[in-house]
Amino acid sequence: MSETMSMNWPAVRAIYRFEMGRFWRTAGQSILAPVISTTLYFVVFGAAIGSRVSAVDDVPYGLFIVPGLIMLSLLTQSISNASFGIYFPRFAGTIYEILSAPISPLEVVLGFVGAAASKSILIGLIILATSALFVPLRIDHPVWMIGFLLLTAVTFSLFGFVIGLWADGFEKLQLVPLLVVTPLTFLGGSFYAISMLPPFWHAVSLINPVVYLISAFRWAFFGKADVSIAISLGMTALFLVICLGLVTYIFRTGYRLKS
Amino acid sequence: MPIISISKLSKTYTSGFTALSGIDLAIERGEIFALLGPNGAGKSTLINIVCGIVTPSSGTVTVDGHDIAADYRAARRAIGLVPQELTTDAFETVLNTVSFSRGLFGLRPDPAHIERILRALSLWDKRDSRLMTLSGGMKRRVLIAKALSHEPRVLFLDEPTAGVDVELRQDMWRLVRDLRQQGVTVILTTHYIEEAEEMADRIGVIRRGQIILVEEKAALMRKLGRKQLTLQLQAPIPAVPPELSDYELALAGDGRELIYTYDTRAERTGITGLLTGLAAAGIQFSDLHTEQSSLEDIFVGLVREGETRA
Repeated sequence: MSETMSMNWPAVRAIYRFEMGRFWRTAGQSILAPVISTTLYFVVFGAAIGSRVSAVDDVPYGLFIVPGLIMLSLLTQSISNASFGIYFPRFAGTIYEILSAPISPLEVVLGFVGAAASKSILIGLIILATSALFVPLRIDHPVWMIGFLLLTAVTFSLFGFVIGLWADGFEKLQLVPLLVVTPLTFLGGSFYAISMLPPFWHAVSLINPVVYLISAFRWAFFGKADVSIAISLGMTALFLVICLGLVTYIFRTGYRLKS
Repeated sequence: MPIISISKLSKTYTSGFTALSGIDLAIERGEIFALLGPNGAGKSTLINIVCGIVTPSSGTVTVDGHDIAADYRAARRAIGLVPQELTTDAFETVLNTVSFSRGLFGLRPDPAHIERILRALSLWDKRDSRLMTLSGGMKRRVLIAKALSHEPRVLFLDEPTAGVDVELRQDMWRLVRDLRQQGVTVILTTHYIEEAEEMADRIGVIRRGQIILVEEKAALMRKLGRKQLTLQLQAPIPAVPPELSDYELALAGDGRELIYTYDTRAERTGITGLLTGLAAAGIQFSDLHTEQSSLEDIFVGLVREGETRA
């Protein structure tokens, strides 16, 4: 029985390395794409428009958009990496190997979500490094910045994992990231402080969960937030718990995994 | 103790389709067991339940003494599965995908073992090739290599030679025999009766989710085989004489052969009576021989018999 209780770490490592292998295989695309898009954002929002926008909360506009840019990629990359990671074996049929191996659901999640989160964190750090080429970086709370980066990457990778298990076609795989997450991120204050909005839209924005993520992340950089850090942390933790609950339900019932 | 014990195993899918009903089966350690059955009989469902891919509706399964639900890790560690479909990670290399499988089963990397398997399956030269560049036969070999990567004590081969060429089929039969020599229990499902006839120690026949027979191959053929007695006539006859109509005789070879089919299980085969009748009718024969029916005939007979009863 002790064998049943102990963790199958080699399996976690195998899944993690296999998934990271996909990332490194397409390293040119994986790394170059965020560098190019970040550069474009800086050209458009930093140089072209940013030069006409005054500082936001005493932070130059070019610098102000850095946390939002990182968060934008972190959310979309976490979701797409994790959802594709688990959906592809289901689509190709190779999921049989995972299901018939001596692996617990927790180990499967650790392998897939760990790899997806690692990839998106790497991309986040690449965007941060690229930003340093355009603006002098300022990070008031670096430990919190790393903490929020990790928490967001893991939470949204879990969310992506749920989407990858739920989707029964490539269209559905793209549905949530394209139609829900990207608009919420753009409207969540990536490029502005929600305090800049009229009162009505300011209130509406508070329904958007991404506002809390970006606000907290921006606080880690500049010490200023749209909403309180405690609320941001609470909202993120709540979403993490919901995702964990969904994953647990899926593995317990075998939904879309086992017949 | 059997290496696999299946007791009262049933599976009804959410669609309402009952794939298995009340299966009891014991697989002995070190044997090659062939599971025969027509399409949709429940062969793959049975294998997939034992391997953990399909959840049973009721019943219990133990593998090497470990319950597949309560002690799934130990049970699954003992099993290697070669699925029916050629499902592979198109962009991975042969070496990576086989090493990945070993890792999934909780084992440390063992390059020497992986090399031995790849060489045995003529895959070593292809170890750095991406799977999408391989032929169907090569992909099948890769799936076998993956299943053997963690040194299983039980190997499931679900339709292993479906669509593979003669060379690979011969290679696979050789491999299965080698594995048996090493003490590995092999369970294969197949449509090819010749495969079961060639390889298996025991044969189980499944039909509409029920095991209708489990028997030693030799005993099965001995017990259930129908035989044909062929008589070479000295002179051709235009038709079977009416006085011999009690015997189900067929005329062949332009009236020069009389074929009598009889059941070896019957109390009286009728051969003595037939020969006496032939002599009385003045029909003389110059030679005779008998033929045992093949496993295929037995199988078709069993399935038809079951369908008639149903």
